[in-house]
Amino acid sequence: MTSRKTPLNAEHKLRGGRMVEFAGWELPVQYGSAVAEHHAVRESVGVFDVSHMGQLELIGPDALALAQKVTCNDVERLSDGQAQYSAFLTAEGTFVDDIVLYRINSERIFICVNAATTEKDYQWVCSHQEGSVQVENRSDSFAQLAIQGPRAEEVLQRLTDTDLGSIKFYWFTFGKVDGVETLISRTGYTGEKGFEIYLPPAAAESVWQKLFDAGEEFGIMPAGLAARNTLRLEMCYPLYGNDIDETHTPLEAGLSWIVKFTKDFVGKDALLQQKGHVEKKLAAFEMVDPGIVRDGFGAYSEGVPIAKVTSGGFSPSLRRSVGLLYVPSDMANPGYSFEIEIRGSKRRARIVKRPFYRKKDPEE
Amino acid sequence: MNTPEELQYTKKHEWLKIEGDSATVGITDFAQQELGDVVYVELPEVGQTLNEGESFGSVESVKAVSEIYMPLSGTVTEVNEVLSDSPEEMNNSPYGEGWMIRIKIADSSQISNLMTSKEYITYVEKEAG
Repeated sequence: MTSRKTPLNAEHKLRGGRMVEFAGWELPVQYGSAVAEHHAVRESVGVFDVSHMGQLELIGPDALALAQKVTCNDVERLSDGQAQYSAFLTAEGTFVDDIVLYRINSERIFICVNAATTEKDYQWVCSHQEGSVQVENRSDSFAQLAIQGPRAEEVLQRLTDTDLGSIKFYWFTFGKVDGVETLISRTGYTGEKGFEIYLPPAAAESVWQKLFDAGEEFGIMPAGLAARNTLRLEMCYPLYGNDIDETHTPLEAGLSWIVKFTKDFVGKDALLQQKGHVEKKLAAFEMVDPGIVRDGFGAYSEGVPIAKVTSGGFSPSLRRSVGLLYVPSDMANPGYSFEIEIRGSKRRARIVKRPFYRKKDPEE
Repeated sequence: MNTPEELQYTKKHEWLKIEGDSATVGITDFAQQELGDVVYVELPEVGQTLNEGESFGSVESVKAVSEIYMPLSGTVTEVNEVLSDSPEEMNNSPYGEGWMIRIKIADSSQISNLMTSKEYITYVEKEAG
């Protein structure tokens, strides 16, 4: 199967992007130094091409009702123009996908989904469709850019008349960027201030280039999948397919804050049963001994296997190796000491508080 | 790609600087570029004797780990302690501050298996297709 290409494929190659296959797409893992890209986002500004992400739209008088049914967070609580982190769950309460939902209005709900799960998500939402609402897969209609970092607002503001300062965290608006109508949201996957913009694929190249012109004085950098992963891992944001999937529930993943039992949704009954009896929890750990932990490495407590690492890697901000894994709930406490096997040798690790990285001036 | 002429090279992208019966070993500029940011380096104990082709350590980048193999049989006489605090020296200065180990060569006949810088460049170009 050949990989799909985003509208910025040639731009990535021009900028020295090392292209890899990811979720069926050809994307840059890094351009030069992934660590430099990471620090650019933490300290100034970086731009990610996230056009591989999928978008679904629910349109019609029953759009809100369908969104309430298929997502576990409460869409009623949102005002028009507000976004929400949420999830599609199976009847068993496990993750079909994690999503960002945008309430344009009660008859139009826009949903950003993961690339690898877009088609599954679309089919899944369609299977629950009822009443007067259309479910559309709009993924081919949008390119998506994430402009992230303390300087993101200053840079993006140079391309738009929309007052970005008035967009609050997890709110969005429609506005022109570089003369093209876009959806601008104050969201991201890095823990930094920043924006994601959804724009027509044909406009992506021009906007991309203008962002780099506008950000030149701040040392703006294109950032690839490797930096995206280290940034989100430092924040303990789960990655679908690694940390959350159809074998884990939001209660296990530490995402009970996105589950609202005050409304009905697919998976609610299973989660009500699990509530109060969560046997394993997604926990954050750091290596005490030297070594870099990777996805899939085994964890042991007093020689007994307890878990596999769901996400592991190097944290450029902490300059040490960190990771996430599901451990029995009684072990999921900061300070709990265990071992990770790194190529045949057991190394000490310990559970720490989430997230790994704390900003002095956090987004929220 | 920087490949100093005074050094010798292996197909596993290591370089050697041979002085008498000892050799300094590191990874090439090409190798460090392929690896990306080096974030952790594991080195052998001084005094360890290893055969040609045996793994003597590993280099971890943001994305992956690579084993590094003995280019010649020998005994480790020194390891570059700088790399434990500054693994990025392997990126910044692969032929200088980023050296990995020094060995006492056990069998000098193995030296003839190494490549010159010209041969290494040809090898890399062929391998890269």
